[in-house]
Amino acid sequence: MRNGRARKAKSPVSPKIETEIEKRIIAVLVDNEPGVLARVIGLFSGRGYNIESLTVSEVDPDEALSRITVVTSGTPMILEQIKAQLGRLVPVHSISDLTREGPYVERDLALIKLVGSGEKRVEALRIADIFRARVVDAGHDHFIIEMTGRTDKLDAFIELMRPLGLIDVSRTGVVAIARGPEGL
Amino acid sequence: MASEQMTGAAMVIRALVDQGIDVIFGYPGGAVLPIYDALFGQNELRHILVRHEQGAVHAAEGYARSTGRVGAVLVTSGPGATNAVTGLTDALMDSIPVICLTGQVPTHLIGNDAFQEADTTGITRPCTKHNYLVKSIEDLPRILHEAVYVATHGRPGPVVVDLPKDVLQAKGAYVTPDKVEHRSYRPQVKAEPDRLEAAVELIAGAKRPIVYSGGGVINSGSEATRLLRKLVHLTGAPCTSTLMGLGAMPGSDPQFLGMLGMHGTYEANLAMYSCDVMINIGARFDDRVTGRLDEFSPRSTKIHIDIDPSSINKNVMVDLPIVGDVKHVLEDLIALWEARSKSLDQKALKAWWAQIDKWRGRDCLKFEQSGKVIKPQYAIQRLYELTKDRDTYITTEVGQHQMWAAQFYKLEEPNRWMTSGGLGTMGYGFPAAMGVQVAHPDSLVIDIAGESSFMMNIQELSTIAQYDLPVKVFVVNNQWMGMVRQWQELLHGERYSESYMESLPDFVKLAEAFGAVGLRADDPGELDDKIMAMIDTPKPVILDCRVEQAENCFPMIPSGAAHYEMLLGPGDKAAKPISEEGMVLV
Repeated sequence: MRNGRARKAKSPVSPKIETEIEKRIIAVLVDNEPGVLARVIGLFSGRGYNIESLTVSEVDPDEALSRITVVTSGTPMILEQIKAQLGRLVPVHSISDLTREGPYVERDLALIKLVGSGEKRVEALRIADIFRARVVDAGHDHFIIEMTGRTDKLDAFIELMRPLGLIDVSRTGVVAIARGPEGL
Repeated sequence: MASEQMTGAAMVIRALVDQGIDVIFGYPGGAVLPIYDALFGQNELRHILVRHEQGAVHAAEGYARSTGRVGAVLVTSGPGATNAVTGLTDALMDSIPVICLTGQVPTHLIGNDAFQEADTTGITRPCTKHNYLVKSIEDLPRILHEAVYVATHGRPGPVVVDLPKDVLQAKGAYVTPDKVEHRSYRPQVKAEPDRLEAAVELIAGAKRPIVYSGGGVINSGSEATRLLRKLVHLTGAPCTSTLMGLGAMPGSDPQFLGMLGMHGTYEANLAMYSCDVMINIGARFDDRVTGRLDEFSPRSTKIHIDIDPSSINKNVMVDLPIVGDVKHVLEDLIALWEARSKSLDQKALKAWWAQIDKWRGRDCLKFEQSGKVIKPQYAIQRLYELTKDRDTYITTEVGQHQMWAAQFYKLEEPNRWMTSGGLGTMGYGFPAAMGVQVAHPDSLVIDIAGESSFMMNIQELSTIAQYDLPVKVFVVNNQWMGMVRQWQELLHGERYSESYMESLPDFVKLAEAFGAVGLRADDPGELDDKIMAMIDTPKPVILDCRVEQAENCFPMIPSGAAHYEMLLGPGDKAAKPISEEGMVLV
């Protein structure tokens, strides 16, 4: 996953003839109550579905609503099952299959720590500039770069940083939202 | 009006009573002592003291399934809750509305590995429809009412409410059910009109239709049953049923083909294979029904009515999904059918029935009772003949006897058949019968049991003795885990590994030890008398019916096989070896 290629999905035991594995970004609006994340994750692990990334955060404190963005993969039949099974969870308000339902914006944020000095350091900063990444912390022998963008852009950047002293990466996973005037 | 102040424990009782619950099955312990204290000296909620928490949940399931109401359970923290897990999973798989209250250690001790602490909401998350941990007295009344709402609305299921002891002891304001509304859970009950239009057209165009009905019809209530019967009679189509759906269509109805699936009838399975339009009403294409999926009814157009969208296109892709409650969907569908004055092509239908009658002519449930040993099929057939005209409820355990009961005990009404379908829980039938008897004290309640399953919850003999519950246990005793033995014979080279039941108790003496009546039948000639004696005894009875040990349950679709590859009897055995692929399946 670090290198961005979708993990070769081991398809869940499916009665149907295998078809193409697709990747989807699914947004789920849930009650922000204890255990809700465990319900969602338990559903994926219990039924053998893939999670490529999953993020969650409260988005409406007044209504106590959280939004989960999950990137998953599977055959079309499995993906339909995933959405239906999510819909069955009592604290789930709504589900949107962003990949299928039209244009959307997706972002992933990475914090990347590099160590080193001299030429490697200069080269890393030069590439960071090209990628419009920002330096958010720096010391004599190390610095931290923040970068936001699509997953593949982050993947490419991280690959470039690897020989330049990369020692640590932290990523949010994908968050996404549909284009257009409607909300979830 | 100022809301009433009371303790959490009193609130629990009050909320259950306000929800129309009058019986709770339970077992006390430290964490739930406040509730037991509140139970003491009140008469609105009757408590039945079981001997094991698993029994409490199955009893509540039996109560729920025989009444159409929610079943209630009360257990303590830790082992009380973990013992309930099998019952909860059973209720989830079979969509039975149950509310299970579990005690919990006080909130300040949660996470401390306190005495009798278990992460109950964590453990029960995957085996309940929903669960709650109540952290403050302010949330308690809302959660209790919500729990019953969630258990009974949409596709029913078990709901756990975990109750820390300090919350039970705290005082707070009670809120009545009418003031509580779930903020988001609104299952769709009415179908979209365009789907119904499409369904009417598809059905009207059918030449070889079949109605495949399931537990969803029973769960939807008696009106749904009436409408199912109406639809079947209006169209003239044949109808088959899953194990869970038995009784919705009368077993004696000429249009009823019997149960389908692994041990279903020849005519039902071949009709499913050969139909051109399949109308699935509240069933879920379970693997026990479909057999090999790529050969499952390959030429049919499939309509699927289900309240749970996740049941649709899960195993079998369908052409017309209809999400809704069976009662509402059938009501609208029939209204539309009548408004459009639709009818089936009578010539085609006649030919279809001629074909079905040919299949029926194979008489796939045929068996021969000869000699001095009772055939298990004969035992159940006699039980059926001698009890069919009474007010009878049947529960079963799990295994061969369960399948024979499904084949030979023809049910005429819904809610009269309690069996563990999805989970296949040995030990289900006896406590379930106990729950049924509590709900219907004057009815004849019979657990058709296997001796091995019965042993799994046999401790409840003590409960039925305590409450004078005249449950009848009809033990089809072959001294084997019969279904395990059958699979070992057919699939594992007759290596009968650990499936023989050594050291069984003397069931007659065992019954007497618990204050019940024990009877034994060894001979086909005396079977009727023994069954009559069992029925006529106004006390709990165990009838130990010794049957042929080597008998196998047929017809059978071997695992991994298609509907048309059904084995009709022992002679069919060698016809086709079971594939490697099939061996993997259970």
